[in-house]
Amino acid sequence: MKLLKFLSGVATALSLALPSLADEKLKVGFIYVGPIGDGGWTYEHDIGRLAVEDHFGDRVETIYKESVDEGADSERSITQMALEGADLIFTTSFGYMDATLNVAKKFPNVKFEHATGYKTAPNMSIYSARFYEGRAVQGHIAGKMTKSNIVGYIASYPIPEVIRGINSAYIHARKANPDVEFKIIWVYTWFDPAKEADAATALVNQGADVVLQHTDSTAPQSAAEKAGGVITFGQASDMAQFAPLPRVSSIIDNWAPYYIARTQAVLDGTWVSTDTWDGIGPGMVGIGDISEAVPEDVKAEALALKNAIASGEYHPFTGPLSKQDGSQWLAEGEVADDGTLLGMNFYVEGVEGEVPN
Amino acid sequence: MTDLFSINIVVLLASLISASTPILLAATGELVAERAGVLNLGVEGMMITGAACGFIVSVHTGSPAIGFIAAAAGGTAMSALFALLTQCALANHVASGLALTLFGLGLSALLGQGYVGVKPPPTGNLELPILSDLPVLGPALFSQDIVSYLALALVIAVWLALARSRSGLILRAVGENHNAAHALGYRVVRVRVLAILFGGGCAGLGGAYISLIRVPQWTDGMTAGAGWIALAIVVFSSWKAGRVLLGAWLFGGITVLQLNLQAAGIAIPVEYLSMSPYLITILVLVILSADNSNAPASLGRIFHAPR
Repeated sequence: MKLLKFLSGVATALSLALPSLADEKLKVGFIYVGPIGDGGWTYEHDIGRLAVEDHFGDRVETIYKESVDEGADSERSITQMALEGADLIFTTSFGYMDATLNVAKKFPNVKFEHATGYKTAPNMSIYSARFYEGRAVQGHIAGKMTKSNIVGYIASYPIPEVIRGINSAYIHARKANPDVEFKIIWVYTWFDPAKEADAATALVNQGADVVLQHTDSTAPQSAAEKAGGVITFGQASDMAQFAPLPRVSSIIDNWAPYYIARTQAVLDGTWVSTDTWDGIGPGMVGIGDISEAVPEDVKAEALALKNAIASGEYHPFTGPLSKQDGSQWLAEGEVADDGTLLGMNFYVEGVEGEVPN
Repeated sequence: MTDLFSINIVVLLASLISASTPILLAATGELVAERAGVLNLGVEGMMITGAACGFIVSVHTGSPAIGFIAAAAGGTAMSALFALLTQCALANHVASGLALTLFGLGLSALLGQGYVGVKPPPTGNLELPILSDLPVLGPALFSQDIVSYLALALVIAVWLALARSRSGLILRAVGENHNAAHALGYRVVRVRVLAILFGGGCAGLGGAYISLIRVPQWTDGMTAGAGWIALAIVVFSSWKAGRVLLGAWLFGGITVLQLNLQAAGIAIPVEYLSMSPYLITILVLVILSADNSNAPASLGRIFHAPR
């Protein structure tokens, strides 16, 4: 009788334990700043998430939360995801930095990965892409293509990543065309299609015939198309539906290989806190097809620039370069170090206006 | 470098109006609902549903006009759901409204799948005869898209109806004291349902204005908080139609104006420029509301018909 009880007890314990063992899937969570259908930044992160699902099949389950505000709501959302049992959480916007760090401290057994930030912890990695390399190619095409010599730039928030992009685009637009001038609008949002479109319209209204954007939706592309005679570049995603005009090329963020590698590391138990910053060379930044609206010679120059950056032969921030106030930043042939780039809070010489605080 | 002369006034005025119209439409609809005593926090959800319905239908029919009608129908259908919950099932207004917003955002994302990157048919501008030939003012004020004229006409009609008509008086009575209105023999629930449906239709139109004219494209969640701005404007304008118009024009106008001033390189720090739409709109409306105008007394309260 005792044996029977014991056996039934074991059976119950097994039946309780086994399904949970079989269900021991790795749960990977993603926090997005916009909707997955934004056609830009969040859309590309979600493609990375789907690639993880595809690659690992039954071994991994992914969850995501979209349109998470960068304010107080983000900490709540990340905490909730950790409570739901996520083992690895990617928080995909700069504004989640402190929230991710706070939650990481509370959940030492969960791995966190924060995009585009600079704070780490033993269980929190950071990763970003060298978008400024793509901006250099974009700047070159913009400088060659503008007829009004006015390039409009829709900027989101005054953080180093955005300022780096403006500087890189400006330096290379100026090299291609010494008369070029940048008009910059700060919209203080990553995703607000109506406002992004209004900003594009305002830039075109003031003479810009090239509009560069550092916001997440395709609205500026539609606004440029509506205005006519304006060229744009896909941002974060190819935005090929607007090719050949207004979109003449694009910067494509390719997160899938990174997301797969990091998920694999957690599965293997080899995950450690890292700092990744990859560019065109390793394939984290892609340059979308340069459309037929761009003359052959300009296209060839742009591709040569892209290849030189990819091979490491050329760095987009190579001296001589001065800061906006005229003080020297990089001497002839000197290359910017990553520390300065990561904390960049100044414009290079020639850019008009002030960096907002 | 300040280069104010580089701003093209005609284009600027057109974009001021197009930035104001969506919130004006949504706020006007919400004003009517709130004056009837209904607090519908689902404006954002109704707007985005209207944006999706309007976009999809106009792409398939090739007609922006039919698109706008579909948008109004979509917004109305969403609000019918809210009416069902709050007027028949006597559910809490705030909770139902928030649920409606979440539902609308999800539903519109579902409906809009496959419409990303599609171009809608252009909405033509209405050239008012004679007036549109005036220099500067003509092209700026009298050759806009037809919907922005309709929005203006709608506010005036709502103002007249609320202030000057018998049905407006009944609607306000229902909003101020539903028990008294009921005792007088007015159908409280029927009035409220109609007000809710009107609000939904207006919000749907406002959403479609964004997806068909202002941007024009479909993107998930593209109203990006415009519904909440409309709600705030109704409160800050003390539930008065004229002030709703002022608030929408101020907010939309300053939003676009500050973008243009930034591009022109004006020497005002960007931080101040970008907070100016919120600051100035609230400031002006709060100063105006110093005349002790109160919220409708039955706002957000559930009506049980006494037996």
